[in-house]
Amino acid sequence: VRIYLDYNATTPPLPEVIGTVTRVLTDVFGNASSVHSFGQQAKAALDEARGQVAALLCAEPSEIVFTSGGTEADNLAIRGAAEALLPAGRRRLVASGIEHEAVLSTFAALERCGWTTTLLRVGSTGIVSPAALEAAMTTDTALVSVMHANNEVGTIQPVAELSAIARQHGALFHTDAVQSAGKIPIDVKALGADLVAISGHKFGGPKGTGALWIRRGVRLVAQSTGGRQERGRRAGTENIPALAGLGTAATLAQSRLPAMSAVAERRDRLERGILSAVAGTSVNGDSSARVPNTTNISFDGIEAESLLIALDLEGVAVSTGSACSSGTLEPSHVLRAMNLPQPRTRNSLRFSLGLSTTTDEIDFVVGVLPALVARLRAVGRPALAAR
Amino acid sequence: MRVVVAMSGGVDSSVAASLLVEAGHDVVGFSMQLYDQRSGRESFGSCCSLDDLQDARRVAAALGFPHYIVNFEAEFREKVVRNFVDEYASGRTPIPCVHCNADLKFAHLAERAAGLGATVVATGHYARVEFDEDTRRYRLFRAIDRDKDQSYFLFPLTQNQLAAAVFPVGHLTKAEVRDHAERVGLRVARKPDSHEICFVADGDVPAFVEKELAESPHDGAIVDSEGRTLGRHRGLHRYTVGQRRGLGLSAARPLYVLRLEPALHRLVVGPREELTRPTLTATRVNWIAGHPPETPIRATARIRHRHADAAATITPDGDELAHVVFDVPQLAVTPGQAVVFYAGDEVLGGGWIQ
Repeated sequence: VRIYLDYNATTPPLPEVIGTVTRVLTDVFGNASSVHSFGQQAKAALDEARGQVAALLCAEPSEIVFTSGGTEADNLAIRGAAEALLPAGRRRLVASGIEHEAVLSTFAALERCGWTTTLLRVGSTGIVSPAALEAAMTTDTALVSVMHANNEVGTIQPVAELSAIARQHGALFHTDAVQSAGKIPIDVKALGADLVAISGHKFGGPKGTGALWIRRGVRLVAQSTGGRQERGRRAGTENIPALAGLGTAATLAQSRLPAMSAVAERRDRLERGILSAVAGTSVNGDSSARVPNTTNISFDGIEAESLLIALDLEGVAVSTGSACSSGTLEPSHVLRAMNLPQPRTRNSLRFSLGLSTTTDEIDFVVGVLPALVARLRAVGRPALAAR
Repeated sequence: MRVVVAMSGGVDSSVAASLLVEAGHDVVGFSMQLYDQRSGRESFGSCCSLDDLQDARRVAAALGFPHYIVNFEAEFREKVVRNFVDEYASGRTPIPCVHCNADLKFAHLAERAAGLGATVVATGHYARVEFDEDTRRYRLFRAIDRDKDQSYFLFPLTQNQLAAAVFPVGHLTKAEVRDHAERVGLRVARKPDSHEICFVADGDVPAFVEKELAESPHDGAIVDSEGRTLGRHRGLHRYTVGQRRGLGLSAARPLYVLRLEPALHRLVVGPREELTRPTLTATRVNWIAGHPPETPIRATARIRHRHADAAATITPDGDELAHVVFDVPQLAVTPGQAVVFYAGDEVLGGGWIQ
């Protein structure tokens, strides 16, 4: 048995994506910056991909900057905006406490360079409150960064409301849409954002691909310098085959959005199954404003790390928190920021489904869980108490 | 049978895992992360470093069994590091490996293993466990390879812990272990043994203790056994009984540390003949059989890892204490070290030197 329920970590590349990458890697080797026909062929492939990604975001192709992934897109957005707004005396950066490390670590790095950062508290719903943002806004705020959907609990943030608040205070608004792209519709104008980051491998594209949407007229300071690729906003020869694959993935993701309601049904089946089959379980975060594929569940009296291993030994892949460099688990910063009681930051598992997750797989997981949990609960847990 | 192997990334635990795979067991590798590995944090020591964890992972991948790195930072700090520092602060010379075995590997790790349905934990220790059908008890023995024997570090194991312990390399010599690793193509076959206290960077114990204590070391007088001041020391945690180097004294005859007096911050030194002791008292004694013998026993007693055990008479005093009288007085009986009692190759028990 091998059941993959960790689609928020990464997704298998779609067959069509593999086809595109293979085709372009085979047929199109030119440098998109070259004038000759080989270069033109590469440029055409790149343009097509840019159009496909723009369509996924309801944006203009000229507003899309390709990156190596969501992390680089977040870095370019935050660092680029922070540097661009420095001459205007705007030195404050605001984000939610449940952002991905790509945002939080970038904030921490900028704080060491003299910027002031504010992290918004988030209630146990896992949703950022507009009132909290309003209260945090200052005249020197350069940028507000709040993710579209959270990676661990899946909650969807009120981005349109939040971006309006940022705009009223003259600040730019960035949203990390890595976990929403391909799961729910994204219309950058409706979101009211200035910057939107996405990552290819979260919706069937190749790893090492991502994009930053930059609203026309928003100025960023480039974070890598060199050639004039990506309109001078991201130097370096483009990874054409992978970006072509990203384009294919974007088109497919958009066309398959309606199918996500079936994923939500299976997610709900899983959630109901676990809550009824295993005592002492509860769902973390708001269960209505959520992406359709994610659920985060607390298991009283166990250590998530052990349950994750127990499930893996049964062939079921899930995740928890974020892994550190050696691969061990840390208490979830997201659940901590949600002010959940301390055991829950250590006893929660994330199940994230994909379009190919089947009902049989869900039923298998619900079937094996009670015995695994019971066995873990049977051994004493001084280790947990010691923390 | 599902077996969890505690893998340090060294050759011994790697071969232990390999032997269990060959025996057809459902092997699951666990490596313990014992301290924060994120970049920017200062390095903590030589064992279980990121590189070692990587080695363990690659061995598991080569042998084809699942491997997990489990976070034991909090437990390691509480059970091993804190004790290590406290012992030095109290003028004793600790052995953290004993606590790592009894309080971490065969406690927390074994519990994690049990939670996954593995009733036994295997390690790369050089020692042997056997179940005695007659007495229905587990017995602990020295390794076949007397030079590599680690039974000294396992004396606190209880019957329950021994029931869950498997030492696959205890029946092999180190050379055989390396040959096995070579034969099955393990990348760690020629990896050097670790010797230092694994979590202390560069083997600099005084610096580690000072940093952990977060207080400046208390200097004091160096005196002879008559109380005459011979010099000054820079903190008692820099010294251990029997130590000769680093005293900074000039004397007609070599001087050795005789004892540490933490209450007075005094270091007492003297000539070699004053370093011998005919007796010692052991505390927190563990008898492998589960209970102390009813009468005094004749056995050999080992007072540190690299000590040729010496003949002695051992008199239990309740469940906790034992009085040891050596046939021949022993050099450098060191508080904080373990004394382990043997009958031939069998470990009868042991305790902590008072």
